[in-house]
Amino acid sequence: MGLRKLKEILGINALRLAILISVIFLFLFIILIFVKGGKLISFTFLTQPPKAGMTKGGIFPAIIGTLYLTILSLLFAFPIGVLSAIYLVEYAKENLLVTIIRTAIGTLAGVPSIIFGLFGLAIFVVTFGFGVSILSGSLTLGIMVLPLIIKASEEAIKAVPDSFREASYALGATRRQTILKVVVPTAIPSILTGAIMSIGRAAGETAPILFTAATFYTRRLPKSIFDEVMVLPYHIYALMTEGTSPEYQVPIAYGTAVVLLGLVLVISSVSIIIRYRMRRSKKW
Amino acid sequence: MIKEKLFKYLTQAAALCSVVFLFGIIFSIFKEGYAIFAEVGFFKFLFGKSWHPTHYPPEFGILPLIISSLVVTSGALIVSVPLGVGSAIYISELAHPKAKEFLKPLVELLAGVPSVIYGLFGMAFLGPFVSRVFGLPIGLNAFTASIILGVMVVPIISSISEDAINSIPRQLREASFALGANKWETIIKVVLPAAKSGVISSVVLGFGRAIGETMVVLMVAGGATAIPRSIFKPVRPMTSAIAAEMGETTMGSSHFHALFGIAIVLFIVTFVLNLITEWVMRTKGRNGT
Repeated sequence: MGLRKLKEILGINALRLAILISVIFLFLFIILIFVKGGKLISFTFLTQPPKAGMTKGGIFPAIIGTLYLTILSLLFAFPIGVLSAIYLVEYAKENLLVTIIRTAIGTLAGVPSIIFGLFGLAIFVVTFGFGVSILSGSLTLGIMVLPLIIKASEEAIKAVPDSFREASYALGATRRQTILKVVVPTAIPSILTGAIMSIGRAAGETAPILFTAATFYTRRLPKSIFDEVMVLPYHIYALMTEGTSPEYQVPIAYGTAVVLLGLVLVISSVSIIIRYRMRRSKKW
Repeated sequence: MIKEKLFKYLTQAAALCSVVFLFGIIFSIFKEGYAIFAEVGFFKFLFGKSWHPTHYPPEFGILPLIISSLVVTSGALIVSVPLGVGSAIYISELAHPKAKEFLKPLVELLAGVPSVIYGLFGMAFLGPFVSRVFGLPIGLNAFTASIILGVMVVPIISSISEDAINSIPRQLREASFALGANKWETIIKVVLPAAKSGVISSVVLGFGRAIGETMVVLMVAGGATAIPRSIFKPVRPMTSAIAAEMGETTMGSSHFHALFGIAIVLFIVTFVLNLITEWVMRTKGRNGT
């Protein structure tokens, strides 16, 4: 009996240790970023372009660039994603075509982000001639987050109870009317939380935009979707690796990281909170 | 009626986009990458021991890059599997319901931290720390990259394992307790074997994520292209070779094609990993646990 008890105590404490180490490390990591970068955050830092060879000034163009890229990529991926999910849940039967579609979505979700970057470079930048631009970058990011949006929307639409659909059919509605007037409105909050999650992902990715959209430095803000832009994640990378005066630029990189991390954490905690609330208040 | 049909085809067309995009990706990397296989030869490209694309004459052997990727990824898994699976078991089996409600979203939140921020942390903080502790001239090496990458993958492994463990029916645990087993024995002999397929897929997925991750290794792994002699040597994994060198190549040069060639290798690896996960998950469905 003694040995069994001992084993149990050791085992359970090992598990406790695992979660403690993970949580402590991740907390320290986030606190370190906020402490090192937090003191840089000021109105000037958020609203001014970089100055004096990237050693002073702010990151305004990078914030704007990130907003452009994220919003545009979502405008592109959201409709395709939701419509795909509608097809997969409401229309698809188990046949070869649907298997192919599902495999493609699963594969797309696992493709490394740098390969999306190469694809964007070869197709959008070169073949379509969009150049290194907001457009090329957004399309690349959009394709990258598409599987996330499809998956979230699929789950949201699946969660709508069949009785809702049956009630709608019983009232004489067609399939399309049922989908558009009953299923999608019921599922839309969860669909949107999924979309919000993917905003966080798109805003933080660096590898897909390395060769498709990002530039280290421009003073002016983009005038059209064919301009290249400064972007928050790339700005951090560039300051750390291409900078010439690290004593000024590493702090700016930390400051930029605070802005990016704050943005992503706020966006994803909003969607997580909404989801937990919804789960609890669900009446069906 | 025509509206009904049109709407159905619209959704079908949207769903087909994913297939088109995937083929677009495959097509573009193979179109740009196959030239290097023709030029250097399949085996010399994959197993050549030196990667000197800018020397004269250039050498395009990606074995050092493959080894670097494997070293860093295995290192990351050594860190992340115990931490991730351990956390998952703790959250689903042992944590107080209140703590669970707090830990689960926390893990999800951390999965969303952009990789470039981990890279910054590694470069500006952990790297110097490692160099001080181990007395190395420079702290950016395979060891540091493995730790950062490992921590980054913990939330992924943990959340997928947790789902799998959570879906084990309560009766299995109760039956085990009824036979006199204690908590630890139940976890090791009943819960983990029943959740095996989910836990394995979480690890395979974590592996795929780690080997495909770019920014962390680009910033933290050091970048040397020799075959590493120890884990404290700087390395250049496949992803970071692509990211670091693409900017310096001229389009259409052998070097350019070689970088796409690396992408082909990387794509095939992640594609196979994906098939394995799907296969593991599907066998689980058939066994009905």
